[in-house]
Amino acid sequence: MKFRPGALAPPLVAGVLFLGAWELTVRGFGIREFLLPKPSSIWEQLVDQWPTLRHAGWETGRIAVSGLVVGILAGVLLAVGATRFRTLQEGLTPLAVAVNATPIIALAPIFNAWFGITGSLSNQAVVVAVVFFPVFINTAKGLTEVHPDEIELMRSYAAGEWTILREVRIPNALPFFANALRLVAPLSVIAAIVAEYFGGPQDRIGNVITSNAGFARYDAAWAAIAVASAVGLALFATALLVERLSMPWRLTEGYGETEN
Amino acid sequence: MSVAVVASGLDKVFGRGTDAEVAALSGIDLMVQDGEFVSLIGPSGCGKSTLLRLVADLIEPTGGTVTVFDKSAHQARLDQDYGMVFQHAGLFDWRRVAANIELPLELKGWSKADRSRRSREMLDLVKLPDFSRHYPRQLSGGMQQRVSIARALSFEPRLLLMDEPFGALDEMTREHMQGELLRIWRETGTTVMFVTHSIPEAAFLSNRVVVLSPRPGRIHTIVDVDLGERTEETREDPEFFAAATRIREALRAVEDGS
Ligand SMILES: Nc1ncnc2c1ncn2[C@@H]1O[C@H](COP(=O)(O)OP(=O)(O)OP(=O)(O)O)[C@@H](O)[C@H]1O
Ligand SMILES: [Mg+2]
Repeated sequence: MKFRPGALAPPLVAGVLFLGAWELTVRGFGIREFLLPKPSSIWEQLVDQWPTLRHAGWETGRIAVSGLVVGILAGVLLAVGATRFRTLQEGLTPLAVAVNATPIIALAPIFNAWFGITGSLSNQAVVVAVVFFPVFINTAKGLTEVHPDEIELMRSYAAGEWTILREVRIPNALPFFANALRLVAPLSVIAAIVAEYFGGPQDRIGNVITSNAGFARYDAAWAAIAVASAVGLALFATALLVERLSMPWRLTEGYGETEN
Repeated sequence: MSVAVVASGLDKVFGRGTDAEVAALSGIDLMVQDGEFVSLIGPSGCGKSTLLRLVADLIEPTGGTVTVFDKSAHQARLDQDYGMVFQHAGLFDWRRVAANIELPLELKGWSKADRSRRSREMLDLVKLPDFSRHYPRQLSGGMQQRVSIARALSFEPRLLLMDEPFGALDEMTREHMQGELLRIWRETGTTVMFVTHSIPEAAFLSNRVVVLSPRPGRIHTIVDVDLGERTEETREDPEFFAAATRIREALRAVEDGS
């Protein structure tokens, strides 16, 4: 299945209709702007404040992406390690599952105390912590939940553990990893912004939202939210692209097994 | 004539000491000559797959020994002396058909050119020449099974362990594959241990048919089949029907528990 530009048409039409309905509702019912600004007012703010917003989007995006990369690398490496060394697996996996069930994002203020409130490090650490667990858990699951017949086949070729890892476990884990990626790509932006609500440099999306909201400039806050959504969507689209490119054999299929 | 496989006093108990304990095989003594074609037949669950997996050193016996080409089964596995066709095709989704066939060759370090030449030959053999670039999911169950047969034959192992390889095939393809398997067997002098549920198939292919009885799996009878050179005419030969009848009678006796 090749990518068809035509596939973009329905969501685009739906998006335009949605914005149109929004605009008409706000105008028609005279909803006050501080409750829900019109898309046209948000757009004006977006144009007006573009240099600030672009900078903020870039900075927040940078934090999200760097946290994402570090979290993914750590999650994948530890998952491979956990698969190769059983004791690591037995110790780590239940712990990771338990931690993943807690609201890690609530640690943001504590991370500020640990990593400092002035730089980006604390916010990045929050993103890493949020990204790491789903990636680790899903990848580890994909690496271990291999059909026993496939392992027997490899053993019949006298293949060792590393060969089995390369030829069976890693390809088997790719769909699981892709699921995690689809989950954590937008999550990284959420984590970055929520972390920014709790402190850090003032030129980020999270701070732009809180300060504008604080001065009742809701249209400007919404403009910042729009920028954040664009960053999240871009990361999500990248995750989908990675998924397609890495698993050509699954192109004819819908989304596979879902975790989390 | 040298010996390919010797099983002596072979026992296999699964889950020993648990309440799910199953005595899968008990006291199996079997000698398979080099170049022989031996079939295993018996009711479902009587331990046919278990016996093949013991010979393949994929599981350990709980008693007795297996030797393969005068080595331990373990050493034979490390030397890749056998090729196995599993009861389930077991192709890798992420490899195209040709790449699945080439997997054992890749692990043996064959060059790319040799590998693709061989996988083409094998695909012709199993009558799937146009499917080399497909993914397994795009194939029917029977087609997948043929790819898995091609994969096992690709490196011309001295011993072929085949677990109901033709079970998923239609009758005509099945007869074609039987003919091809016999041709390969004659040309390469390989030894075959072949699990089947089909009496005519066992009679047509084998030098000897081992009839197993269940719980625990034991060798009930060994039926010698002497049909000389098999051709398509053999399928209508009275000798062939006589052999099938002997196998059927042995199986009846097994079912009756005698
Ligand atoms: N890994 C295992 N763990 C526990 N029990 C097993 C295992 N493999 C096989 N068994 C048991 O051993 C017995 C023999 O199984 P086996 O698969 O060898 O039968 P089979 O003759 O190949 O049957 P079929 O014709 O249905 O393929 C069965 O009772 C089965 O439940
Ligand atoms: Mg079986």
